[in-house]
Amino acid sequence: MCLAVPARVVREVNPDCAVVEISGVRKEIKLGLLNEVEVGDYVILHAGFAIQKLDQGEAEATLKLLEELCSST
Amino acid sequence: MLEYLRDKNIARKLADKIKELVRGHLKLMHVCGTHEQVIASSGLRGLLPENIEVIQGPGCPVCVTPASEIDLAVELASRGNIVTTFGDMLKVPGSERSLADSRADGSQVKVVYSISDAINLARKSPDKEVIHCAIGFETTAPSTAVVILDSPPQNFSIISSHRLIPPAMEALLASGECKIDGFLAPGHVSTVIGAEPYNELARKYNRPIVIAGFEPVDVLYAILMILKQIRDARAEVEIEYTRAVRPEGNPVAIEKMWEAFELSDSSWRGLGNIPNSGLKLKSRFEGYDAIKRFGMEPKASVDIRPGCSCGEILKGLKYPWQCGLFKIQCTPDSPIGPCMVSTEGSCAIWYKYQTQELVKDNV
Repeated sequence: MCLAVPARVVREVNPDCAVVEISGVRKEIKLGLLNEVEVGDYVILHAGFAIQKLDQGEAEATLKLLEELCSST
Repeated sequence: MLEYLRDKNIARKLADKIKELVRGHLKLMHVCGTHEQVIASSGLRGLLPENIEVIQGPGCPVCVTPASEIDLAVELASRGNIVTTFGDMLKVPGSERSLADSRADGSQVKVVYSISDAINLARKSPDKEVIHCAIGFETTAPSTAVVILDSPPQNFSIISSHRLIPPAMEALLASGECKIDGFLAPGHVSTVIGAEPYNELARKYNRPIVIAGFEPVDVLYAILMILKQIRDARAEVEIEYTRAVRPEGNPVAIEKMWEAFELSDSSWRGLGNIPNSGLKLKSRFEGYDAIKRFGMEPKASVDIRPGCSCGEILKGLKYPWQCGLFKIQCTPDSPIGPCMVSTEGSCAIWYKYQTQELVKDNV
């Protein structure tokens, strides 16, 4: 039940509902657990609800950390 | 980014760093079936040195749902009501039958992906009662809350089987039965609850807790973060999965959850009763509580069948291959215990990925 996937918001239907895309498949999902979701955002989707937005800045920071870690001896 | 988080060269480098840092024999626990999936499917245990174990605890919400709650759903289905459930609950045995058995006998048991689908079904079938098995940890409870708070149809109700992860972690630490040197905390539960609920555990039991994401590199990096804490004699809550987990979690989801639910004691299949570890609907929503609506009385249940090691497996005391029934009497086609049924159950995952061949000699 922890299973959740990142999904890209492609269209807002109404404040409660959006269409997301996961690997080319589109699905309507509920937004009742998030404020201010915009087209282009990536959300974590679980059991039909977006439960959090993915933070692009933090994703890049993690990549940078990993790069530094793996380039050090 | 995903390619980076699945890159085997990065994984090997992290494994090398883990090897450099580890001292003595360490046993780390995670509490999320999806973590076990990524560990098993990526063969991470084969990359780790022999003196680090990573074992799954009670991180499968389907596995820890007592048979008595399944029995309630089976009973309600047998009375001609529509019962909805998530897919991996369908075949989990109750005391005698599963919901799949009920369905085979003609009861209306419907698999849903989301509680919203159950609501839609209730709206389309106004002359039928629709009861949803509301199973899941803090990842799922807020979506149940949203639905309950939004005036669901009068023919809709839930069996609340929501449970909370930090109290289960505390119960295991407090019992001392299982050696646990650190926790990989569940990434998606933590997108909702944030880091704060783990702080007291880290402090009181002096164990590092790192909230980990679900790609192979996420898990290895989180293990490295735990080892660095152990090296530095720290016991803190850290977030590896920063792209999805904020320290404060999701305040909207937390608020909705506590608007609809309140704490209750809860029985966990294989672990017994854990105080303040479950969620029950607040009294003003008890019209949507199926147990109250239908005057049900939960009865004592047969949670663990003779020979089944699900209890020890859920407590991190045994690995699936250490159960005498594993792969012999107990298989995905004919499961004896819940850990073999759910996609998040250790036994189902080990069966699928043949993990025991890889690690049997190391544990």
